[in-house]
Amino acid sequence: MSLTLLYVQTLNGLQLGVLLFLIAAGLTLVFGVMDFVNLAHGVQYMIGAYLAAMFTALTGNFFFGLALALPCALLFGLLLEFFIFRHLYARDHLDQVLATFGIILTLNQAVKVIWGAAPLSVPIPEIFSGSVVLMPGLLYPVWRLVIIASGLAIALLLGLLVTKTRIGMLVRAGATNAPMVSALGVDIGRLFMIVFGFGAMLAGFAGAMVAPILSVEPGMGDNLLILTFVVIVIGGIGSIRGAFIAALLVGLVDTLGRSFGPSILRAFLDPAAASQTGRALAPMLIYILMAAVLFFRPAGLFPAKK
Amino acid sequence: MMKAKLFVTLGAVALMAGSAAAQEKLKVGIVVTLSGPSAVLGQQARDGFNLAVKQMGGKLGGLDTEVIVVDDELKPDVAVNKVKGLVERDQVNFVVGPIFSNVLQAIHKPVVDSNAFLISPNAGTSNFAGPQCNPNFFVTSYQNDQVHEVLGKTAQDKGYKRLFLLAPNYQAGKDSLAGVKRHFKGEIVGEVYTPLGQLDFSAELAQIAAAKPDAVFAFMPGGMGVNLVRQYRQAGLANIPFLSAFTVDESTLPAQKEAAIGFFGGANWAPDMKNPQNEAFVKAYEAAYNSVPGTYAMQAYDAALLIDAAIKSAGGKLSDKNALRAGLKKADFQSLRGNFKIGVNGYPIQDFYLVQVVQRPDGKFATSLREKVFSDYVDVYAKDCKPSN
Repeated sequence: MSLTLLYVQTLNGLQLGVLLFLIAAGLTLVFGVMDFVNLAHGVQYMIGAYLAAMFTALTGNFFFGLALALPCALLFGLLLEFFIFRHLYARDHLDQVLATFGIILTLNQAVKVIWGAAPLSVPIPEIFSGSVVLMPGLLYPVWRLVIIASGLAIALLLGLLVTKTRIGMLVRAGATNAPMVSALGVDIGRLFMIVFGFGAMLAGFAGAMVAPILSVEPGMGDNLLILTFVVIVIGGIGSIRGAFIAALLVGLVDTLGRSFGPSILRAFLDPAAASQTGRALAPMLIYILMAAVLFFRPAGLFPAKK
Repeated sequence: MMKAKLFVTLGAVALMAGSAAAQEKLKVGIVVTLSGPSAVLGQQARDGFNLAVKQMGGKLGGLDTEVIVVDDELKPDVAVNKVKGLVERDQVNFVVGPIFSNVLQAIHKPVVDSNAFLISPNAGTSNFAGPQCNPNFFVTSYQNDQVHEVLGKTAQDKGYKRLFLLAPNYQAGKDSLAGVKRHFKGEIVGEVYTPLGQLDFSAELAQIAAAKPDAVFAFMPGGMGVNLVRQYRQAGLANIPFLSAFTVDESTLPAQKEAAIGFFGGANWAPDMKNPQNEAFVKAYEAAYNSVPGTYAMQAYDAALLIDAAIKSAGGKLSDKNALRAGLKKADFQSLRGNFKIGVNGYPIQDFYLVQVVQRPDGKFATSLREKVFSDYVDVYAKDCKPSN
């Protein structure tokens, strides 16, 4: 267990963390502000990745592809909101779960019809390809650093947007007491629509950013969605700050647990049992973390004040 | 006068033969995975089989052939229901499928207990090769372990001392690493099992970089393999030889592209195998489906040829199951992979090769034969099969 390995795994954990944050940010706002359970949020991440793959192939340049994919992801989110989700806000959570689950199934199939079942790939942009030596013996792919940097930048922007601007204030107010905001003369329907479209675009951005390192395939958002729900529950529903902290926490615990769990256990157990137990325990760690957080703080780390 | 009578008799015989053939119609049910992330494997198998039927003018064994394709959705329970529909309602004579071993475990009994033969174009689990072998079950692919054994043997023969192993944490992953260790006697410096469906391998790649092995063996089918291969190259590890099973093949290469060039796999065939039938097959497949065929397509094509040969050897009589079974055992056809026999347990006896990913002159990516690793290789379970039961 060398120090270099620890640094690399920490960076890997950070990278998973900011990725989770990009998806969780939209989800926690939609859940917190509109009290709407959107299982189809992971699909928006997938759509973002597919749009980026398609536009990159068309234009031959990842950044043009990204620039085209983002407005399309936004538009797609708005269309979904307009045609489907706004009719569900008043329904109970079970109806919302059922309807959005149906959207997952439909869109996963639709993606397969349009782009085929085989995974697509997106090349890493030329200037960010390859690896850099961060310190002697520590080689790290540049693109993963770009993901970390852009994720942190967006987190900062989002934080400013929510705490310093008028629209951010309305969102926070909506998360606390939506009927009152509405009574004060704010068009809450339009606010919901903006939040929703923005969340969809962030998830789409996350999908586009990982397209060069992960394969773009139907159903790619489904596994991530579960992690994202863990993140927003740990962070406190409706809280951007909570989502950020929880996302980094989940990313680090998951990555470090997977790689160092077995070697730490080896101190207590014999090697075979340690690797067996470590293997079983590693995927559970984040859920244990969630259970622990919920035990001590049932509303999450940073609950939106009610 | 005599002559005329002879003609009439001949005519009547011909007429009878014709009407008999019209009554005897062959039905084949194909059950493969056509939805979900692994759909491309099932599509290859379906297309390979259909290509063979088309090339023989819609007739296998000289009989008009109806092919019924169903999707098992990679769910054993769904597969069982659909297979029961095939054997009970549609009364198919042969079931060809599936792709995945867990589906095979589920559909094996309903088919072999019915009136139909089961021919697997891909999955070949150890239990049905050994004590639970069945006279109505045939395989045109391989016994699963054999592909992994190719890489273990290669690592041993090339003199690698330190090997790093990587596989998903489920039964096939464990079987895979056991197959590698059967022939590799050096040191295993790391043995990592990842959750099934994991797509980001950054943590595992960092461990590989830290362990500095002589070579890496990976079993990462489907989308997992696409991600692993690309991230492996991005992490700057490509100078460590990458040996793999079901990780770089024609179903994943369209997404892996340049990242996979030079990576190794194990197989019973590759598209560039030199024999006239194979060259014609690859050309026809690419023209019809606009993609390079993988072993999934080849093995399904061979399954169609096997059925064709069996019916011909049984004289076109579908009702004579014993004659059909004898024909299937004899496997009197020219396999696309050249050397091919059916062993005592219904599994093939064939050669295995080390294959390597190349970019062809036309820009497409494919695996290419490098060296023969095993000749006339019988799987290790065949000795436990008692053909009487």
